[in-house]
Amino acid sequence: MELWYTEEHSPNVRFSIKVNKHIYSAQSEYQRIDVMEAEEFGRFFTLDSLMMLTEKDEFIYHEMITHVPMAVNPNIKNVLVIGGGDGGTVRELTRYKQIENIELVEIDKLVVDVCKEYFKFTASCLKDKRVNIYYEDGLKYIRNKNNEYDLIIVDSTDPFGPGEGLFTKEFYGCCYRALNENGILVNQHESPYYKIYSDSLQSAHARLKAFFPITMLYQAHIPTYPSGYWLFGFSSKGLNPIKDFDAKRWNNLLIETKYYNTNLHVGCFQLPTYVNKLLENSYE
Amino acid sequence: MYKLNQKKMPIYEALNNYKSLRRVPFDVPGHKRGRANKELTEFLGLNCMSADVNSMKPLDNLCHPVSVIKEAEELAADAFGAKHAFFMVNGTTSAVQSMVMTACKRGDKIIMPRNVHRSAINALVVCGAVPVYVNPGVNKELGIPLGMSVKNVKQAILEHPEAKAILVNNPTYYGVCSPLKEIVKLAHKNGMLVLVDEAHGTHFYFNDSLPISAMAAGADMAAVSMHKTGGSLTQSSFLLINNEISSGYVRQIINLTQTTSGSYLLLSSLDMSRKNLALNGVDIFNTIIELADYSRKEINKLGGYYAFGKELINNDSVYDFDTTKLSVHTMNIGLAGIEVYDILRDDYNIQIEFGDIGNFLAIISVGDKALAIERLISSLAEIKRLYSKNKAGLFDHEYINPLAAMTPQKAFYSEKISIPINNSCGKISSEFVMCYPPGIPILAPGEYITKDILNYIAYAKEKGCFMTGTEDINIEKINVVSEFDSRKE
Repeated sequence: MELWYTEEHSPNVRFSIKVNKHIYSAQSEYQRIDVMEAEEFGRFFTLDSLMMLTEKDEFIYHEMITHVPMAVNPNIKNVLVIGGGDGGTVRELTRYKQIENIELVEIDKLVVDVCKEYFKFTASCLKDKRVNIYYEDGLKYIRNKNNEYDLIIVDSTDPFGPGEGLFTKEFYGCCYRALNENGILVNQHESPYYKIYSDSLQSAHARLKAFFPITMLYQAHIPTYPSGYWLFGFSSKGLNPIKDFDAKRWNNLLIETKYYNTNLHVGCFQLPTYVNKLLENSYE
Repeated sequence: MYKLNQKKMPIYEALNNYKSLRRVPFDVPGHKRGRANKELTEFLGLNCMSADVNSMKPLDNLCHPVSVIKEAEELAADAFGAKHAFFMVNGTTSAVQSMVMTACKRGDKIIMPRNVHRSAINALVVCGAVPVYVNPGVNKELGIPLGMSVKNVKQAILEHPEAKAILVNNPTYYGVCSPLKEIVKLAHKNGMLVLVDEAHGTHFYFNDSLPISAMAAGADMAAVSMHKTGGSLTQSSFLLINNEISSGYVRQIINLTQTTSGSYLLLSSLDMSRKNLALNGVDIFNTIIELADYSRKEINKLGGYYAFGKELINNDSVYDFDTTKLSVHTMNIGLAGIEVYDILRDDYNIQIEFGDIGNFLAIISVGDKALAIERLISSLAEIKRLYSKNKAGLFDHEYINPLAAMTPQKAFYSEKISIPINNSCGKISSEFVMCYPPGIPILAPGEYITKDILNYIAYAKEKGCFMTGTEDINIEKINVVSEFDSRKE
């Protein structure tokens, strides 16, 4: 029997992975969760049939969303992660000794439960003493925070469904208020290639620009995400991701990575011309 | 408990049967089940177009129901605890007008609060009844009109014992309820009918923790906007009757002005929403009450805003409060309600029901999800952070007591002249001026134009309220009753 998982990357483009086994399927209060196993990508899970992570390529996303801001400000101690119930982002954060507190705000408890069961390679670090998990809407959680965090990482789904509130003007405004004066906001910023994703990218960029003096984007190659090419947003109240970055300082930490390195840190902010144009023409 | 089987949906069932026959249509509507205009059918969907059919034997006739519409009316009457229910397709406006025209002829008096919807005063223009206004109490802090107190209704009855009916809002747009049971008792003792505008009160019939409904309070007629909070399509509504009102006579009154081509899309939406509320209403409205209570609590935590609720109850002009209404006072962050309304729409992509000078109102209903509520609350937090300013300079308005010179009908049809609104002080208005929504007239035909009213209109315009009512679309000119006709009065 042949079993294939298929995601529509655009109304006219499909991406399929041959599946060995469908391990788990459930409908939570917010979304449908499926866990599958494949020869090519190992174990992976989807939310509302959209790819979230695979065993083989998750390192790229999680390293890039974490090490880039951590290498810009070595004094980050208090971190808020919104979304990221799989634990991959938290796993990378726990590798930094100076971090004192990590708050993970995931709306869907079932995602965390499923990942603890089936994705120990990302979720095991959720047990770290510094990690506190809150099962709540990120928009609600952040509404009452003021001048608290050194770093906020928005590790969300796409802006269709439960993640919608995490791409809004009110959310970015609340993030601005919740960050301290050296605060950095990093968010998964969708793909510039297919229109449905690039529309979200443009509106998110325009909204961030309205609040943060520094809003730059950086890129990574993620094979299982639409178009395989993904962007992250780096927004801050003052720290510049290249000028305030000290390669030697980060290399001295001796953190072993598979994707991120200090040369790539500078390079990943150099975007293709069509993406620069897209950003110049951003509107809400 | 219901007497009839509320799972039934006679109009829906008849439409489904009819569709499956695939009968060849040589009748109206001319789009012939969607085949005439491909663009329109793609936009609305074939299901929708194929249900847009004409009255015919198997589908009954709204003007004279004898089969499936009759059965659907009986089910609705049972669901609402009424003697009879009429399916209305010309909006709750036509239901309100049918109530007034059933109770009053030309020259008859009708007691009503001044903060009625324009549809009620329009009915007076059409039928020539004479309004006796009861001053609704005013909450000075919030600047909103309240309900009628028993004392004021008693006084109106004493002064106008010949009045034929009393019209009551249950609730007002903001959620304020009058002592309906008490008013019904008073009215019936004095041989008057009680007509209830329940445009914003459909949900009262389906959850006991909400204020009392018109039918439960023993009122004679009620106009119920099923489409506002009950989930049916826009423009569909119920007119309920009770007690000694003759259903045949009411039908005649309705048929004076209602279309003879009643839309089956609207009729089936009423039928299906009635079933949904009858079977699931308790749970649905429990969820809504919970969401609204939660929103009030969170908004009040933000500081500056005041989302008001049951604490307004004073057993007089606020007898009860509809907690599903999310009304928020904004003056203390230095912004008018209409300004917050505009910012929410333009900057945060959130559309709310209306904003006036001091408040805005968000409608929470069957379709709402907790995540959308979080967006509203967080946006309000941001608006306060980014836009709040000193309260000074904001117009502190109070309810303006109208000075009536002649009946709405007489003023509307009298000899009139069009003059610049700024020069109209002291004249008698021949038309309406209102902000829409909420559609409560600032000025109604037959009322004196005063300085206070002109100041209010100027301020509302400046703050960006959407004004309507006058013949002049720009609201710069107003029709006033000519000197000659004024003197005759």
